[in-house]
Amino acid sequence: MSVIYFLIGCSVVLALIFLIAFFWAQRTGQNEDLYTPSVRILLDDSEDTDPEK
Amino acid sequence: MTGSPTIEKISCYHCGDDCLTETYILDDKHFCCHGCKSVYQLLSESQLCNYYTYNDHPGATRARIDRRFDYLSEPSIISQLIDYTDQHVTMVTFYIPHIHCSSCLWLLEKLNKINPAVHYCRVDFLKKQLNIRFDHHRLNLQQLVELLYDIGYEPLISLQDVIKEQNAATKDHLIQKIAVAGFCFGNVMLLSFPEYFGISAYEQSFRHFFGWLNVLFSLPVVFYSGREYFISAWQNLRRKSLNIDFPLALGIAVLFVRTVFEVITHTGAGFADTLCGLVFFLLVGKFVQKKTYHHISFERDYRSFFPVAVNTIVDDKEKPIPLSDLHTGHRILIRNNEIIPADAILLKGHALVDFSFVTGEAVPINKTWGEIIYAGGRQTGEAIELEVVKPVSQSYLTQLWNNEAFNRKQDNRMQTFNQKVSKYFTIVLLVIAIASLLFWLPTNINRGIAAFTAVLIVACPCALALSTPFTMSAALSIFDRNLFYLKNTAVVEQMAAIDTIVMDKTGTITTSDNDHVQLNAQLSEIDRELVYNVCMHSNHPLSRMICRYLGGRKRLPVTDLTEAAGRGITASVNGYEVRVGSEQHVAGYSRDTSAGTKVHVSVDGNYRGYFAFAHQYRDGLKNISSLEQDYKLYLLSGDQDHERFELIRFFKTTDNLFFNQSPQDKLDFIGKLQQQGAKVMMIGDGLNDAGALKQSDLGIAVTDNVNNFSPGSDAIMDGRSFGRLPAFLQFSKDTVRIIHASFLISLTYNFIGLSYAVTGKLSPLFAAILMPVSTVTIISFTSLATHFAAKKRHLS
Repeated sequence: MSVIYFLIGCSVVLALIFLIAFFWAQRTGQNEDLYTPSVRILLDDSEDTDPEK
Repeated sequence: MTGSPTIEKISCYHCGDDCLTETYILDDKHFCCHGCKSVYQLLSESQLCNYYTYNDHPGATRARIDRRFDYLSEPSIISQLIDYTDQHVTMVTFYIPHIHCSSCLWLLEKLNKINPAVHYCRVDFLKKQLNIRFDHHRLNLQQLVELLYDIGYEPLISLQDVIKEQNAATKDHLIQKIAVAGFCFGNVMLLSFPEYFGISAYEQSFRHFFGWLNVLFSLPVVFYSGREYFISAWQNLRRKSLNIDFPLALGIAVLFVRTVFEVITHTGAGFADTLCGLVFFLLVGKFVQKKTYHHISFERDYRSFFPVAVNTIVDDKEKPIPLSDLHTGHRILIRNNEIIPADAILLKGHALVDFSFVTGEAVPINKTWGEIIYAGGRQTGEAIELEVVKPVSQSYLTQLWNNEAFNRKQDNRMQTFNQKVSKYFTIVLLVIAIASLLFWLPTNINRGIAAFTAVLIVACPCALALSTPFTMSAALSIFDRNLFYLKNTAVVEQMAAIDTIVMDKTGTITTSDNDHVQLNAQLSEIDRELVYNVCMHSNHPLSRMICRYLGGRKRLPVTDLTEAAGRGITASVNGYEVRVGSEQHVAGYSRDTSAGTKVHVSVDGNYRGYFAFAHQYRDGLKNISSLEQDYKLYLLSGDQDHERFELIRFFKTTDNLFFNQSPQDKLDFIGKLQQQGAKVMMIGDGLNDAGALKQSDLGIAVTDNVNNFSPGSDAIMDGRSFGRLPAFLQFSKDTVRIIHASFLISLTYNFIGLSYAVTGKLSPLFAAILMPVSTVTIISFTSLATHFAAKKRHLS
């Protein structure tokens, strides 16, 4: 049953990684604007027809 | 209306306004004005016509705007506006009120195609902000703003930088704290289950291992997530007041200490899961309470209404200077549609000043040479030159802000129910805890301490602390859906306590748009042309309004025009003799005695009828009069009293109608009512109401567009939902009742828990079940009850 020590250690480390990932997302401002991307994704990338570029 | 036009209405391809003429056509597309047409031209040259495919008429109307951005080349102003700059790039954030649809988003993020000097642009849709990074060697700030203006997205640049204030706020890491608490809560629950289901004798080593892990997980919960509660409780203790944070902090501390103690001494499993759950739910409640409206600011004052800079004339040359540097004696130049920022004497030009925002009077006022013009007016017509006689901060209008009402520190002007109750709650809680300690102490010390801590744990007012935030946030979202935006949750309780309502007239109970010209005449198309041409030649404000009403028409030769001041105009157009003016002037008699401003019309001696300029009352003003049973109603108006008799329809007596009120009068009036013990709600709209809004117990600003300027207030109401005010007031009372009821529910849970706790035999499992159950009950009760109450008041 001592494998439980190992398993719990793994699960806690895994959860910590997710927590750190969330902190990183929060710090870099990924959660600051949750609405605009939902509109942006519906817009087509312009079918670049202009010749000079 | 009679003689309605049969011509098919064509709307502008860019902005959707009606096209009055057929002059502006490009690529078979109609435009209402040259401005809209040139935007289309610019976009089509840059291959950006997709703008028009995402939405119909996405543009802002470009008619009648004439702004200049010369001041944006002043280094002192630039440095105030930009976020960051180095040798190569500059970053700036603009607030652009017109952002409203996906086309806006698409176009604004394609600025680079119009001007390659723009490296990066990102729109924040809800905040209506545009973040731009650009090469300032190839494009300066002024050119950038002009580019935005050219495509119809004029940024709102004001002295009071609302954007930066908002972005600077909310740095309390609440989300992170919730994340930590949630993470620990989940893990601790998992580790506590074996204990609850029983651990066999030969697995005792697991018990200690789990216990120590639980203590480890509690550490960040107590010292990181829950720190705020200790700080707040301590600060309140020093101020000798007991708020709800004190029993909460006490509960958290006791839970933690007892858990650590039990784990160390191997006497029990501790209460780690209750502890983590408590902090987690409390923080979620805090988060729910903090609703922010990104696009609305409740803290605006005259600085966001006034321009950033003004053009001064030095040695016959124009020089833009920041408004803060404007002093007495400066000569300033004000162009059409610009705001006069300080009290000044008119030196040159013909001033026709629109004071609608200051006094509420909609008709522009003529000013002649040598007259003092008060700050806040908007010049219409030609450019004028003025000499400043008072600094900006001491003008007639802005000195209102020197009043003590604006320096008063105030978050909640009334004690909330929560604050009132938590004081007594804490005292009773401590009495019970100490009593149970003293009861067991002579016989069994351990049991006494167990009972003491158990009482503090089980009676920890988690449900009480959550009932207010959850009820209020549900109420706020209902108000929000009905176009009524509250500054914070405490405002709901303030609204429930109101017993006196004071209203401003113009702009508040009347609509502020200029289209309140009513035609009560049989006018053929030819007659309309005739009247239009006569009025074209007059500078009288009413003539201008008639011209605007009739729209752009063919010019006809006008001869023999005579204008009698205060009476009317006589002229012959195309051989017709046209008279426009007072009834006496037009018809030769004066029979009409009804109120309101009217302009009568006759053609060739045949009386045709009149234009009426009555104020348009807001829809639902009738509903307001039903409030008279429960509330005292007052009306304060900056206007003359010529509408007194029309208003009787809505107010039963004229005793509570006050006219000719200056901004200071309004503020004093509210103060006087408050001294008599009234809880006053002020409803206003303009800068002239700002003092009264601030002085009142609850200030509501009414506006037709929530993104436009509205003075500092506790709540902002969209003019369309004005008629729902009685329902709002009722609903706020319902909300307070719901809070009371949920308080009773949480007390019941506390009693059940206490009856176990005083015996000193509180099992961790019992606490772990009671706490979440009471929390869930409260949350579901409050949300359901609030929505039910909203339905009852017909608020969707």
